[in-house]
Amino acid sequence: MKRNGFTPGLQNVWKQAKRLARENRLDGFQKALTLLMLLLAAFMLLPIVYIVGHAFKPYHELFVYPPNFFVREPTLQNFTELFLVAANSTVPMSRYLFNSAIITIAGVAGVTIVSAMCAYPISKLKFPGHKQVFALVLLTLMFAPEVMQIPRYLVVSRLGIMNTYWAHILPLLAMPVGVFLLKQFIDQLPNDLLEAARMDGAGELVVFLRVVIPVCMPAVATVAILTFQNAWGNVETSSLFMQDDDMKNFPFFLTTLTSNQANLVARQGAAAAAALIMFVPNLVIFLFLQGKVIATMAHSGIK
Amino acid sequence: MFDKTSQMALDAATSGAAGKLRTEARSRARSKARGLLAVLWAHRFSYLFIAPFMLSFTAFILIPVLAAVGLSFTYFNAIQPPRFIGWQNYQYLLSQDLLFLKYALPNTFQFALLVGPCGYAAAFLLAWLISQLPGTLRRWFALAMYTPSLTAGIAMSIVWLPMLTGDRIGYLNSLLLQLGLIDVPKLWVTDKDYLMNSMIVVTLWSSMGVGFLAMLAGILNVNKELYEAGKLDGIGSRLQEIWYITIPSMKPQMLFGAVMAIVSTFKAGAIGVELSGTNPTPEYAGHLIINHIDDYGFIRFEMGYAAAISVFLLILMYLSNKLSWGLFGSREDE
Repeated sequence: MKRNGFTPGLQNVWKQAKRLARENRLDGFQKALTLLMLLLAAFMLLPIVYIVGHAFKPYHELFVYPPNFFVREPTLQNFTELFLVAANSTVPMSRYLFNSAIITIAGVAGVTIVSAMCAYPISKLKFPGHKQVFALVLLTLMFAPEVMQIPRYLVVSRLGIMNTYWAHILPLLAMPVGVFLLKQFIDQLPNDLLEAARMDGAGELVVFLRVVIPVCMPAVATVAILTFQNAWGNVETSSLFMQDDDMKNFPFFLTTLTSNQANLVARQGAAAAAALIMFVPNLVIFLFLQGKVIATMAHSGIK
Repeated sequence: MFDKTSQMALDAATSGAAGKLRTEARSRARSKARGLLAVLWAHRFSYLFIAPFMLSFTAFILIPVLAAVGLSFTYFNAIQPPRFIGWQNYQYLLSQDLLFLKYALPNTFQFALLVGPCGYAAAFLLAWLISQLPGTLRRWFALAMYTPSLTAGIAMSIVWLPMLTGDRIGYLNSLLLQLGLIDVPKLWVTDKDYLMNSMIVVTLWSSMGVGFLAMLAGILNVNKELYEAGKLDGIGSRLQEIWYITIPSMKPQMLFGAVMAIVSTFKAGAIGVELSGTNPTPEYAGHLIINHIDDYGFIRFEMGYAAAISVFLLILMYLSNKLSWGLFGSREDE
């Protein structure tokens, strides 16, 4: 058992790695490619290394310039500082996290469903006006969002949803990119496939749920990744549409950590720890859904 | 007497004919309306399905956009009610706004022409390279390439600012000095000659966004049997495979990537300010149209003028979009 000097746990990992290597045997081209991509990937991944390292840096390392990517004397003091700040704030941090969780879950579910529902008829059912609807969606994609803020504020206040979860979630639902992306993927579906399902007596709803969605899972997952990022990091709705502090979300709380401080040093540690807490869900969701994209391609028989 | 009756009869006849005509027209209109209603009713499923999106789209995007277009014809300082001034904003923009004509417009073109096509090509190339690797590696490389988009800005300035710092300590300067390629440290982000190039490089680094993800999914989506059929038809090299099989079978994703590349490059703006640390950028070297909109909208509070610039930008993007549609779109999409 101790042949390699590994503990049994590590040995299992080693065995698994070997098995993986056997399964994914690489040819020469792939080997060269992997090496090249590894170099590039190392460079692209720098921000993640930095965010993780930064959260564990003691104060005297936080302000070194140029910054160190790796932490030299890791410490948890940033996290304790964050929890101290949170404990002293009027609204408990758990409330902000709860708000963010609700908004994000509702947002991701809502956007993927609503966008897919809109994309399917535009792509495959050709109802009168489908071209105009699509052209409109595309055109608004190109408008600079800056000058829409004031009219948007007026719409939200007229709807009477200020200071409610609706004002967080409803504006998210209008994501033209999602409709555009899903429409492009549904375009790729052969019409024969849909016809075959209809011949078997499936109604449109069944075709949509049983044929279109499963086959377009990669696109749905991509839209979900995008929405998660949007919803989880969204500060705008909190700062514009929410008056009460206990209706605001976690990223908004983070912006309050370092702003309004007498100097630029105070609470930087807490902010670094918070940035990590903010980032980890993004990473996990991306890896999870991206894995789905790749797995679906491998297993779906229709392609 | 006779005259009168005949006249009456005539009247009755003509009015009857006119009435008949009228009722006929009305019934035709009605049947037409009924036909339209029938068509709409036949497609009720479609309308029901697009309704949720269209409702929130109308409320939070369409109405604000239309309102902004309306504001572009007014003088509006965000405090007093808007005052209608017709085409004046546009006239000023196209004939007198020197900052816009001399810096924002040419800079945006230079930036977009380099970043748009290069970022697009890089996204496709990287997506294709990743697709050539086995599944477990794919996931991690996809993560690596998407990282800059995932960490959105926070870490970008952290990676690039120390690298491009203008003194000898900056990573790039110290490397180039050691290699003997330069004698004096270069001011990568504060010199007006270098700022634009730095902006382009950094933006390219972070350009693997949703377009890249879509293209990766699109490439993996291509029917594997096509490649086998292609081999039988005499396709030898990987390049031929890409050109004759991969790209044609993922046209929708290529189109999506192209539109997203156009939209994201024209909408880029913060990058120059982030890199140089000053707003406006040194001698307006990194001044893009979006910076100009921000400047008028949120520093000078001339929302009407800012809206006019946004409309101009929209037209610019629409035209370049038409161009790419012409290149990549199939006839059906037009």
